[in-house]
Amino acid sequence: MKIFKSTVFTAALLPVAYLIFGLVGDKLGANPIETLLHKTGFWTLTFLMITLSVSPVRKLSNWNKIIKFRRMLGLFAFFYACLHFTIYLGLDRQFEWQEIVEDLSKRPYITIGFTALVMLVPLAITSTKGWIRKLGKRWQKLHRLIYVIATAGVVHFWWLVKKDITEPLIFALILSLLMTFRLALLKIKLQAIQK
Amino acid sequence: MLIKKGSGIKSSLITSQKQYLKRRQFIKYSLAAVGSLVLDKSQLFAETSESEYAKLPNIIPSSYSTNDKTNSWEHITTYNNFYEFGTSKEDPAENAHSLNPKPWKISIEGHCKNPGEYDVDDLVKNNQLEERVYRLRCVEAWSMVIPWVGIPLKTVLDRAEPTSKAQFVEFVTLLEPKQMQGQNSSVLQWPYLEGLRMDEAMNPLTILAVGLYGRVLPSQNGAPIRLVVPWKYGFKSIKSIVRIRFVEKMPVNTWNVSAPAEYGFYANVNPGVDHPRWSQKKERRLGSFSKKETLLFNGYAEQVGHMYTDLDLKKWF
Repeated sequence: MKIFKSTVFTAALLPVAYLIFGLVGDKLGANPIETLLHKTGFWTLTFLMITLSVSPVRKLSNWNKIIKFRRMLGLFAFFYACLHFTIYLGLDRQFEWQEIVEDLSKRPYITIGFTALVMLVPLAITSTKGWIRKLGKRWQKLHRLIYVIATAGVVHFWWLVKKDITEPLIFALILSLLMTFRLALLKIKLQAIQK
Repeated sequence: MLIKKGSGIKSSLITSQKQYLKRRQFIKYSLAAVGSLVLDKSQLFAETSESEYAKLPNIIPSSYSTNDKTNSWEHITTYNNFYEFGTSKEDPAENAHSLNPKPWKISIEGHCKNPGEYDVDDLVKNNQLEERVYRLRCVEAWSMVIPWVGIPLKTVLDRAEPTSKAQFVEFVTLLEPKQMQGQNSSVLQWPYLEGLRMDEAMNPLTILAVGLYGRVLPSQNGAPIRLVVPWKYGFKSIKSIVRIRFVEKMPVNTWNVSAPAEYGFYANVNPGVDHPRWSQKKERRLGSFSKKETLLFNGYAEQVGHMYTDLDLKKWF
């Protein structure tokens, strides 16, 4: 299990390695900052989707141990979101705070993206065993925020693209599939209770 | 001062030499794996070799050229917005080889006494080619400096002798999904259309470009002939033109049809009028890290400002 975990951990870092190699070797195209922003954004959404598919995969496959990866995967989504935001602040906006405030207040796609990041923070903080114990049942309630966050992330991407919505559409489809699974499960549970 | 002593345990006791070497090997292999991934992926940002393109003869310099440092051939030919070949910046360099830019006819028609069809080769042969090093400002807030080779549009339009009914000029890109695979998608309406007011078309800055860095235009940059209007956002500079028509009414332009609240007919570079989704105050000059202030009319106010003294630039963005 330990080896398995470190493999997943290493694999999750490959995109960073790729971007660093690309940056050093000048392989990120004519607009490297834009490439860095887009790729880290893409990986944030991807890790959110992977995290959200842990439960469905577990239920469908009865492979219970997979749950052990969920925290790590969720934290990687947070990690890529932080990278994405740091690149935006430092490289794209170069810490021009006036512009950043204007972006946050005037541009809906940035507002919603930032909101999603802010909501991720309490989830990352409370991901430790201590917090899970401390919060008890409330922990699960709090962590349902991830559904809102993932939706906000996809909307952020959707509102940003100029015309070709293929990629945000793919994320939206995956997300709705994952949500449908949960709703279906909920319905079955409710019916069971009623009987 | 407190100086900590070592734990006294030899590092070789914690990690055996065998394991240590294994770890090294692991790092080496994984680095190699990542490295090859990067190299493979680098084809994504296709490289185009400058020497493959024929040199154009008899080019004279122009006083309209800027002294700003030009972007590299590689940047100019691998970072393009040309949806006819795909919607990402790297797509055109990868896909534009399917375009056949030779032979190419361009038709000049509409309200004029002398309409006609011209072979682009003849246009190149019969007109004085000029190098125009222009700034290009994209509506997406990045910019480049590009050494175009071209002919003033006025030279070509004058020969057609437009009549007094000619108030605007409409430009049309080739419609040929077999050569332009992006036209199979409905992301924009095809063919791509653009337009200029008559005085804008006749302005000495406006050129029909046929080359880049002294060589024929690569397909991803709009071969064999494209418009360059340096004081307007890049999308006005329509590529791979097959028809120029003198018209009475303001023609439609593709991006305006696609998102009227975001892209206007005039599309003059203007730091004072934001795009609804981003600021236009600054731009990233590709190849440099820091951002620079965007200038009104992309720094060409002296040459073009007089045409807009009576125009509300906020309303007519």
